[in-house]
This record gives sequence, structure tokens and C-alpha cells, in this order.
Amino acid sequence: MSNVRLPSCLLCVCLLIGSLAHADETIDFVRDVRPILSNHCYRCHGPDEEKLEAGLRLDTPPPVQAEKSSSAIIPGHPDTSEVVLRVKHADPELRMPPVEAGRALTPAEIATLESWIEQGARYEQHWAFRPVRRPEVPGSPSQSAWVRNPIDAFVLQKLEALRITPAPEADRETLLRRVSLDLLGLPPTLEEIEAFLADTSPQAYEQMVDRLLASPHYGERWGRHWLDQARYADTNGYTIDSERSIWPYRDWVIQALNEDKSFAEFTIEQLAGDLLPNPTRDQLIATGFHRNTLVNQEGGTDAEQFRNEAVVDRVNTTGAVWLGLTVGCAQCHNHKYDPLTLREYYQLFAFFNSGQDVNQVTPTLSLPSPEQQAQLAALDSRLRKVREEFKASEQQQQSAEPSGSASTFWETPEGPSVHSEAGAGFEALEDRSWLVSGNNGDSDTYTITLATRLERITAVKLETLTHASLPKQGPGRAGNGNFVLNEIELRTGQETANWTQSRVDHSQSGYPVEHAIDGKPETGWAINVSQGSMNVNRSALFLCKPMAVPAQGGVTLSLVFGDKPAGYNIGRFRISLSDRPADELLPGEVEKSHYEKTIAELEAERKKLQASIASTMIMRDLPHPRETRVLIRGDFLRPADLVIPGTPAMLNPLEPAHDDIPLNRLDLARWLVDRENPLTARVFVNRAWSHYFPRGLVETENDFGMQGSLPTHPELLDWLSAEFMESGWSMKGLHRMIVTSATYRQSSLARPELEEIDPDNKLLARQSRLRVDAEIVRDLGLSVSGLLHPRIGGPSVYPPQPDGVYDFTQRRANWPTSTGPDRYRRGMYTFFMRSAPHPLLTTFDTPGLSTTCTSRTRSNTPLQALTLANDAAMQEVYRAFGARLRERSASDEDRIRHGYRLCFTRLPDDEEFALAQSYLDRLRRDFAGSPEEARLVMADPDAKPEVASESATWVMLARLLMNLDEFITRE
Amino acid sequence: MTLSTAAPSSSIKDMPDPVPSLGDDWNSRHQARRHFLRGSGLSLGSLALQWQLSREQASAAPAGQPASPMPHHAPRAKSVIFLFMAGGPSQLDLFNDKPVLRAHHGQAPPAKALEGKRFAFLKGTETLLASPRTFGRYGACGQEISDLLPFHRRIVDDVCWLNGMHTDVFNHGPAKLFVNTGSPQPGRPSMGSWLTYGLGSEADDLPGFVVLQAGPRGPRAGSSLWSSGFLPTTHQGVPFRNGSEPILNLSSPQGLTRSREVEFIQAVNDLNRRRHAVVGDPEISTRVAAYEMAFRMQSSAPVLMDLSQEPKSVLDLYGATPGIPSFASSCLLARRMVERGVRFVQVYHTNWDHHGGPTENLEVHLPQVCREVDQASAALVQDLKQRGLLDETIVVWGGEFGRTPMGEIRDNTGRDHHIDAYTMWVAGGGFRPGIIHGVSDELGLAVEKQPVHVHDLQATLLHQLGLNHEKLTFRFQGRDFRLTDVHGKVVHEIVS
Repeated sequence: MSNVRLPSCLLCVCLLIGSLAHADETIDFVRDVRPILSNHCYRCHGPDEEKLEAGLRLDTPPPVQAEKSSSAIIPGHPDTSEVVLRVKHADPELRMPPVEAGRALTPAEIATLESWIEQGARYEQHWAFRPVRRPEVPGSPSQSAWVRNPIDAFVLQKLEALRITPAPEADRETLLRRVSLDLLGLPPTLEEIEAFLADTSPQAYEQMVDRLLASPHYGERWGRHWLDQARYADTNGYTIDSERSIWPYRDWVIQALNEDKSFAEFTIEQLAGDLLPNPTRDQLIATGFHRNTLVNQEGGTDAEQFRNEAVVDRVNTTGAVWLGLTVGCAQCHNHKYDPLTLREYYQLFAFFNSGQDVNQVTPTLSLPSPEQQAQLAALDSRLRKVREEFKASEQQQQSAEPSGSASTFWETPEGPSVHSEAGAGFEALEDRSWLVSGNNGDSDTYTITLATRLERITAVKLETLTHASLPKQGPGRAGNGNFVLNEIELRTGQETANWTQSRVDHSQSGYPVEHAIDGKPETGWAINVSQGSMNVNRSALFLCKPMAVPAQGGVTLSLVFGDKPAGYNIGRFRISLSDRPADELLPGEVEKSHYEKTIAELEAERKKLQASIASTMIMRDLPHPRETRVLIRGDFLRPADLVIPGTPAMLNPLEPAHDDIPLNRLDLARWLVDRENPLTARVFVNRAWSHYFPRGLVETENDFGMQGSLPTHPELLDWLSAEFMESGWSMKGLHRMIVTSATYRQSSLARPELEEIDPDNKLLARQSRLRVDAEIVRDLGLSVSGLLHPRIGGPSVYPPQPDGVYDFTQRRANWPTSTGPDRYRRGMYTFFMRSAPHPLLTTFDTPGLSTTCTSRTRSNTPLQALTLANDAAMQEVYRAFGARLRERSASDEDRIRHGYRLCFTRLPDDEEFALAQSYLDRLRRDFAGSPEEARLVMADPDAKPEVASESATWVMLARLLMNLDEFITRE
Repeated sequence: MTLSTAAPSSSIKDMPDPVPSLGDDWNSRHQARRHFLRGSGLSLGSLALQWQLSREQASAAPAGQPASPMPHHAPRAKSVIFLFMAGGPSQLDLFNDKPVLRAHHGQAPPAKALEGKRFAFLKGTETLLASPRTFGRYGACGQEISDLLPFHRRIVDDVCWLNGMHTDVFNHGPAKLFVNTGSPQPGRPSMGSWLTYGLGSEADDLPGFVVLQAGPRGPRAGSSLWSSGFLPTTHQGVPFRNGSEPILNLSSPQGLTRSREVEFIQAVNDLNRRRHAVVGDPEISTRVAAYEMAFRMQSSAPVLMDLSQEPKSVLDLYGATPGIPSFASSCLLARRMVERGVRFVQVYHTNWDHHGGPTENLEVHLPQVCREVDQASAALVQDLKQRGLLDETIVVWGGEFGRTPMGEIRDNTGRDHHIDAYTMWVAGGGFRPGIIHGVSDELGLAVEKQPVHVHDLQATLLHQLGLNHEKLTFRFQGRDFRLTDVHGKVVHEIVS
């Protein structure tokens, strides 16, 4: 057994450093052959049937009956196999691949192909599409003492094969800082350092790890990694990029991780929490995952186009995050490398195609606190009571009116003619109201000719009425049943009415009824409500200076509807006229206003309360799914064949429980976390790994397809994946497994002797130094200086940022710089505006978050130096840290050592101490002679000269320590 | 007091011979990088910075750099200045006189011509709108220019006129992304990022890709227009603000003099070098170099931004006044940047979105923005030419789309977004001067001959810089992405 293992491991290493298999080795199709075929041949001889040349496919074994294929590859006979003959052909015209493709095979690659055919040309399924089976943990002959858990056994197996010994364990200070930064994103506190260094028990490290995993800051650190993938941000994106509220989703992620919710549930709730039976509030919040897509609020956009973009993003993000596949490649054509067809892409699309959101923020979920809930209930009950009283008083008044008085007060003219400018149609109903149908113009004017018997007119009553034929029953023709009446005009002969007063039983906030008589066509009366239904009858009363009705008649009333918003016309209405003086018409109205006033006040209060209540964007499906069609070249204006929801055939099957019930997102989510899904666990485990080491076990963490790289430790990946699934998808369990391994605990010092054989440390013969993420740069500064306010969650905050960030945005956004504790919150709570993120974040590689980010880059630039050294927010940190050092002790030595301890967990060596002391001495001399500048450094113009000088000296020492590479590096 | 500066650039030549064909082999690339860093030691200074990987790019390919040797062919140009008229300038009021449109003013456009077309705001009832401008034909090439751009007459024969431009998307944000990144969605690298990725920068102490802004507000879509997308963030455009602090956090905090900062950088780097000696991580050397370059930028960037050093004749040519932010200052700054080796400068001017209405109409506001850009746009071409820089610098002028022949009659007149036919111009860098390429139909609805799609223009720009747009790729999520997506062809007729 072991002598078989040895050469195959050697072979892996050879591959790692760029050479290729030798002919005398056993050829592995997946490892050796498929990459060659995929790189050089699949573009024309791969899974994309539409681009297939000469009918020859090389990605699957040839069908027995296919003569052409069978002559292409003749197992055992490379010399007569057409494939070999063509790649070696002397005539460049006949040689494959064609010259213009620029993908010629190297001699070594040709040799590999020949050996494979020689050895029988066996095809195997792509490694990542095979089910995950738990491999056996290798026994370790010589260094078993090093092995702390199965991870180490797999790693050591490779190292031993190459006679490489692992690096020694890192010293305890390094280990403590490393694991704190990795699990919490915070450096260890002084107390934690002292306690850990003093704890000599053999389980000290493991117990410390357990404490860290139980910290609520764990959810923040690992939540931020997940939020990158969820493309979580606080604005809508594109050009307007206005604020949205979805931070409760961010807090849900933190909470779920802290509870160690199983990754299976974590998945199901985010992808389909709304489809669970009786979903809880938290399960709905979780669906914010796919509401993090962009909303384009620019004028003149086609909402359907951007709805389509959002669905595409949901498909591609799901593919990248859970499957590690580049499904987006199949949006326009069959995948060139992986067996994923255009049709299958749109089957995935169909799962996400029925959301209620159409390029908009809604649907949202209101999240009142218990106190707010109680306040709301109290307000609602008061409102209900006042409304009842109001209604009762109205009824009382009506019954108090002498019988028949209605007809003496009001006349509802019969048989008038009505005309619409936009060509709407009108139907006279029995109750003398008019029902509008036909064209609903962007704008319109209804002109009603009234045949009145009155001799003069003092008032007009306009009743807007509901009807089953109207949207949401009306009374308006807008999609929600609303309308905006911009102006009402009454003319008798040559005379136009002068309106004096108006009354109404309800008007929408910002759209009072007075707007209909103010002569301004851009303002108007509308009827939306903040609570309850707006789809009820409404009545408006308009009083004018008395107007004589000409003998020949000729009274016309115009209802004017502008085009902003478009199509907000009235759907059913009734007009009545009166000749009574205002004081006869209004007593009831006065009573009304009293109630009205109370109701308005209560509603205003309610609205204010409502505005203070948090809300979050959630996913909701339409009652009936949208039809999904394949889109030709991905163009939403070119729909083709109808498809139903389904998953790619290359993966574990998913069948609907009943033929007549289509699959939905819940089925998809459950399928992703099925034990037989070959990708989800591997992809997740690999990404977790990539946060602890420079890269994943599969380097192309977002491409597990044929064009992706092969795992460096395939058996380790499978063992961890099987363990992850079978232990109940516990994320904390996985982290614990990794950080307690000997592999993780190695020193990160360079090993020059391994530079040649393993320059990138793929064999894991040591740990690596990694620069911390942008948010952690800030967290380190806040934590070490003592400024950090550790509150978890809540609305995003506005730490100071340099002036000029919005010089380059369309919208000069408001940045209400936080004061008080919110000024010093962890970096992950910084408000994230997609079109102009906080510069500290972008400078240190936080992604733009318009699309999913599964792996951040780590750059190292002069802008980072400028940010750390000069940013105003950092100066606050330096002042606080300087003060903290001075409080520590009176001795320079103590202070410097203390500074090292807080920043780096370790103490300085002699040379470092000497360098720091010498800088300190120079600073002290320098500032002693320039107290004015010391005051500037302290931002304290009143400080006594000697205090300012000494303080500034220590601020600058703090600045020095926090600008060192080690400060922002996990060692 | 001077700072010990970085190693001489000859140290890059000390590195071992590169692997002959790096192909896709990530490992070899990294290996090369390690040797490179070790060989040149701690004093290698800014050479390790990706901003700086430039002249010797073809022989070294550190992390985040393309594997295949670049440029792909001999370049004609070294740098690009893109004068971006954000909002979409009206070609029908600036560059294309349409007598037939004038004759049919007020009439409905032919229904057939509108079939299948999509507009942002038009409702279908709008009528043809004649331009009230007077046009003349200028130069040997006879390009039409309206009275709004008198200074353009001076450069008419230095410019390659593209009267047959067309694009795919009709909303501002997506269309601006499309011109800059080749895709209407955010997330792809901008052209400047592709160029510094492919060619590196030749600037010693400036970023290779700089963004300037003039006008009342920034361009719509913000930083995604100069984002490096999936390329390493080192390649993202660096916005330079007007004033004494062009780069965020460039100035030292109050009370810290230059000499104090020398002491600071030395102390930082001494301690970093000490750490490097212990842990042996080449990233620390890069960090040392980054602090040195940051320090140099603190003095070089304000000098760059200080236009008072320019002679009066140059200031007058542009119409720039030192200390006053304007499009003219931005154009002059752009020239000073390419002189110093900056690869790509985006200059945004807002706002060109003339729909009609009180604040954005063709009567008042188009003339106003024209006055703001006309003189300086022409001056930039003239100035580069005088200095012999126009041969190696490409100047591009245009917006994300044009405007419709149909009018939008709001309070005043305006035009909607039009993607099917509009005008841009390109000067220098081997683009043929004094030629007119492309003609739109008599109403300006569509291109009649010699169309140039945005992807074609991108392909041609890359071509002039020595890059094959089909080979300048980056593997991301399993796919080789390019600036031109899967489209675009080099327009050979417009370059020499």
C-alpha cells in the first residue's frame, strides 16, 4: 500500500511545480488528462453541442455505435487513434488544435494523452461531481506524535512522502493572537494574554479556542466573511444608490453563527425561509440573502429589465456560493467546459423568477421592538375609538336632518355628458355615478357637463367610489387603487369658480385636498393610507363664491389628472351640487374637522412611530409563479422555450414530490444540503479553509468545475466535508477542528529550504502570514487603543471619513458622522454605500459588494500607508493609545513593552526595543522644542507645553507601532 | 534632510531569467516573484509595487500580473486621456447638421424607423426637433461643427471623427459602465485597470490610473466606473480631488513636519526590516516600499497639482486659472499626468443630460456646458501636439450615448437618450487625424454606414496601446473575461 502511495504523491508535487506526468506513471484521467482536454479541446469538442465540430465530443466516453468517435480514441492504441495523429500532425493545416486557437499541446501533454490511451483511455467522472465518501484517515508511521487530529494525518502523509518535516508549533503569543484574529477579528486583551501564558495545562489551547468560539464576536468575524458572499450593503446600487434598510439581515447572520445554527438550516432559511410552513420573523429576515441585489432607481428605467438582472444575480450567486460553479457561463450559451446547458441555467432561473420584487425595495418586514409594538397597539386602539365616534356622530347628524333634506341640500344631476382627453370610456351607473374604463392615460382631464336645475352654485361634492372592475377595487385607476386629482375646475358660462374652502374625509399625507383647488397643476389630492385599506369610498366637498347658473345652462366641471405619477386617474365618481350658503352646509363639517383633526394627529404620531421602527427587505413569491423561458443570448427581450424549475443533470437528482406541483426554492435549498449533493459541503469547507491558510485546498474556490484547479489534498477535503455533513453541519465544529490541528498551529516563519519544491506552501509545511481584512484593520486600532465599543448589531454607523469622498458621486450622500459610542464600533458596522464606500474599506480590499465576493484579494499599496499614517480617524486612535501607554507606568521601557504586548501580543526583542527607544528619544527632544506643534498633534490648543510635548511623543510612538506590517498581519 | 530612497531600477534586471513560457502556470509565476524579491533584497523599494511594473513587464510577471507577455504587438500609444461628457452630449446640436430633420420639425418620426427601439423617457408621441444651431463645415475633412463649439474648429484636422457610434444600453449608470468596463453591470474592471494590469505604469510616484472630475456633481454609478473589478485592487483608478489634498489622506496630520515624517518613515521601515529578518516574508519588503512611495507622493502630488508653475501662455490656451477647479484645470492636469507616466486619466464633466426642463435644457444649459469644455478640450489636443506628446497619447471625447432626433418638450426643449447613432472623437496615438468615419441617416436615427460599436472602440484603443483585446484576459470564476466581453473588432480604417 505505502509503496503505491509514494509515487503518486511525488507525482502530485511534480504537478504542483509545473512539470507533467511521465509515461511510465499510471495516468489518472481526472488529474492528468481532463485538464489537457479541457484547456485545448473542449471549446469545440466539449459539452456545448451547438459549437460541436465534426460531431466529435471528447468530454464523455464515445458511444459504442459512434464510428467517428471510436476511431478518434482507440483504447490501447495511441498510434492509430485519430486524436493523437491530429495533435502530432506535421501539417499545420491539419494539426489540432487549429493554429488560430493558439492552444497547441506541449510534447509532455501529448505524451500524457498517449499514455492514457495506451493504458485503456478510461474516462472518470469529474472529481467534484462524485458524491462525498469519507476516506480512511491514514496511519502515520514516523511522526505520529505530531498528529493532533485527522487533518494532520492527511497533511503529514504528503509531507512524509517527500521527507519533509512540518514546521514547529508557533510560540504561544503568536498562536493566541493568530487564533483570536481568525475567530474573532480582535486581538487578545491583556488579561487574555496573561491568563493564557500562565495556563500550563495541556488543554490550555483547546480551552482558549472554546472560549473564543463562545464569544459573540465570533459571529461578527465569520458573519463578515458570509456577508461578502451575500453582497450585503446599505444602499440600492447603480446611480442613485439611495439608502436601504436590510441591516436586520446582517444581524441575523451574526446571531445564526453565534448559535451555531447548522449550515443546512442556515442555507434553507436564507434561500427559502419564506416558504417554510408558518415562517417565523427570523426566518423571513433570513431571506434578505437574495434581497441584497441591486435596485436601479434611475429615471426612465425598464423595471422588468432590472428585475431580470436581479434574478440572474440570484442564480449566479447561488451557483457560486453553494455549488462553487460558474453557472453564469450558461446564461447565454451552453457551458463550454462543464456539463451545464443553457436550458438548465433557465431551470435554475425559474426557482428565483417568482419574487414579488420588481426592481424595488419592497416587500419589507417591519420589526417593532416590544415597546414599539405596545405603543402601536395603543395608538391603533385610540384611532379605532375616535373613528367609531366620528362615524356615530355622522350617523346621528344624518338622522337629525329633516327627511328629504339631502335632496334639498344636494342635487345630483342626471344624464350629464362626460368627455375624457385621453380617450377613456364612461358608463353611467344607476346611482348616478360614472364608471371609467378603456384607456387609462398617463394624464387625463375629465370634463363633465352638468344639467342642473339650480340657479346658483355654492358647492360641489365629489364622491370617489369603489368598484369591482377597478384595480384593488379602486376608487382610482392606479395599480393600487389610488388617484391624484391635481385640479378641480367649475365653469358656468364665461365664469370660473373661485374656490374658498374644501373638506374631505381623508387625504394622503402630502396630498391634502386643498391641493386640488390651489391652482397649481403639479400638486394634488390623493388617498393612500399609512394603515388599513385605501380602497374605500371617499367624499370631498368644495365651496366656492356663489356663481349664477346661466339660463341656457352650461355648467361644466373638469377633473384634471397630471402625468406625475402617470395613470393616477379616478375610476368611479359621483358629482353633486348645492346652492346652500356655507353656514348651512358646514355645521356637520365643523364637527367632522374636530374628529378629523384628532385622527390626523394620531395618524401623524403613528407615522412617526412607524418611521422609527426598523424594517428589512425580505423575499416573497407571487401567488402564481411567473412563467420562465430560455432567454436567447441572455436577452430578456428574446424569450424562447418554456422551462420549469429543475437542477442540473450532472448533480444529485431532484424530483418533484408530485408531478403537478412544480419545484420551488425550498426544494432547491433542501437539495443543496442533501447528503448526496457533491458540492455544497466541499465548497463550504474549502472556503473556511481559505481563511486560515493562504488559499483553499482547491485554489479556485469559486470554480469546482473542469476548468478549476484540482485539490492539493483531495482526501482531506473529502474527509472534512463528510465530517462536516455527518456531524450535523456544525460550522463551529469545523472551525474547531481546523484551529486545533497541528497543521494550523505551525510557525509561519519562512522555510528557505522549501522555496524550490513548494514556493507557495501548498504542502502546508508551515503556516503563512496573512494581512488582515479591512474591517479588522480598524478593529485592531480601536481595540488596542481601548476605544472600541463592542456592541453587537443594530443600524449601520458612520465613523469619521475624510472630506471629499462624495466629490465623485452623483448624489452627495449624507454622512452624519457618529458621535458617542457609535463612533468606535467595529469596522463591519460602517455604513456601506455601494457607489462610494468608506475609503478605509476600499483601500484595504473590501469588495464593491454589487455582486457576490467569495474571496477577497490582499493588496499592499502606498494608499494603505497613507491611510494608516494620516487618516483623521486613525489619529484619534493614536491619541487614545498614546494616553493608554502613559497611564501604564512612568517608565519608557514598561510603556514600550506594554505597547508591543497590546499590539502584537509578544514583547519586543532587544533590537526592536532599541529602535523604538531611540525614536522615542528623538521625538521627545523634538517636541520639547516645539510645544505648539505638539498641541496640534494632540488636537488640544490649551494643553500646557510640557504636557503637550510628552503626550505628542507617545501619540507618535503609538502611530509607529500601529503602522508596522506586523500590526495588520496575522502571523 | 532626505529619505533613503529605493534601489535603482536596474535591480529588476538582476532577477533570474524568466520561465520561457509561463502559460497558465500560477506556480511558476509565484516562483519568479519570490526570486525577484529575494534577489533584490530589502532595498528594492517601489519596484515591487504593482503600480511600478512597467517597462520590464514583458520579462517579469509577479502575482496579479498577466502571464502572457505584453504588449502583444508594438504599441503606437502609451497613454489615454478620456474626456467623458457625462449625461450624453447632443450630437444633433454639436456635430451633425440634419437639413431633413429641420424640414420635418414638428412632425412625427417615421413609424418604421422606431420599430423595436427602446427609449428611457419618450412616450411615442414626441415629434422631430430641429436644432436651432448654426453649423459650418471646417478643416480639410469638412466635419460639421455647430456654433456652440468654436474652439473645436482649431483641432478639426487633428481629430478622427466618429459619427457612427452606437451602444447597447440607454440608462446612464449602465451605459457609463458599458463604455468604461464593457459591461452594463457593476463588477468588471475599467479600461484603465485593464491597461495598468496589462502594461503596468510608467509613473514613478503616481498611480497608473487617475480619475478627475469637473462639474456640479460626480458621474452616476460612482466608483464602479473606475473599479478594478476582479483584477487586483492595485489597478483601481485613484480619484484626484481638486485642491491641496488631491488624494485622500495625502497630507500628514497637523503638527507633523516633513522632517518629522522622515523620522517616522525611517522608524517604521527600520522595524519592518527587523521583522523581515526574523520571519522572511517578502510582503514586508513590499510594505517598506509602499511607505517610501507614499512619502514621495506626498511631495510629488501637490507639485503635480500646482498649476501656477505653468507659463501664462499655456494657462491662457486652456483657459485655466491656478487654484480654481474647472474642466480646463483638469485637462491641463491630465496632460501633466501623462507627462509623468500615468497610463490612463479619466476626466468627467457633468452634466450633459439635456432632457428639457428648467435645469437641463438645450436652450440655456447645453451652451453653458459647451463653454465649459470647448476651449480646454481643443487646447489639450493642441498642447499635446506642440509638445510632441500627441503621437503617444490618445485623447477620447464623448459620453455614454447621444440624444434623440425627437424632442422632449417640457418647459424648454430637450432630447432623450439615443443609443443608435451619435458622435465621439479621438485624437492622437495613431488615430488618423482629419478623417470622418461613420454617417447617420438624414434624421440621425440610425447609423447609415461605418458604424463603430462601443466594444469596437475599446478594441481599437487597446490595439493602439499594443494589446489584443481578445488576448487581454483574466480568469475569474472559471471564465476568461475581457474588456470587450465576447464582442468588438478593431476598426483598422481609423488608425494608421
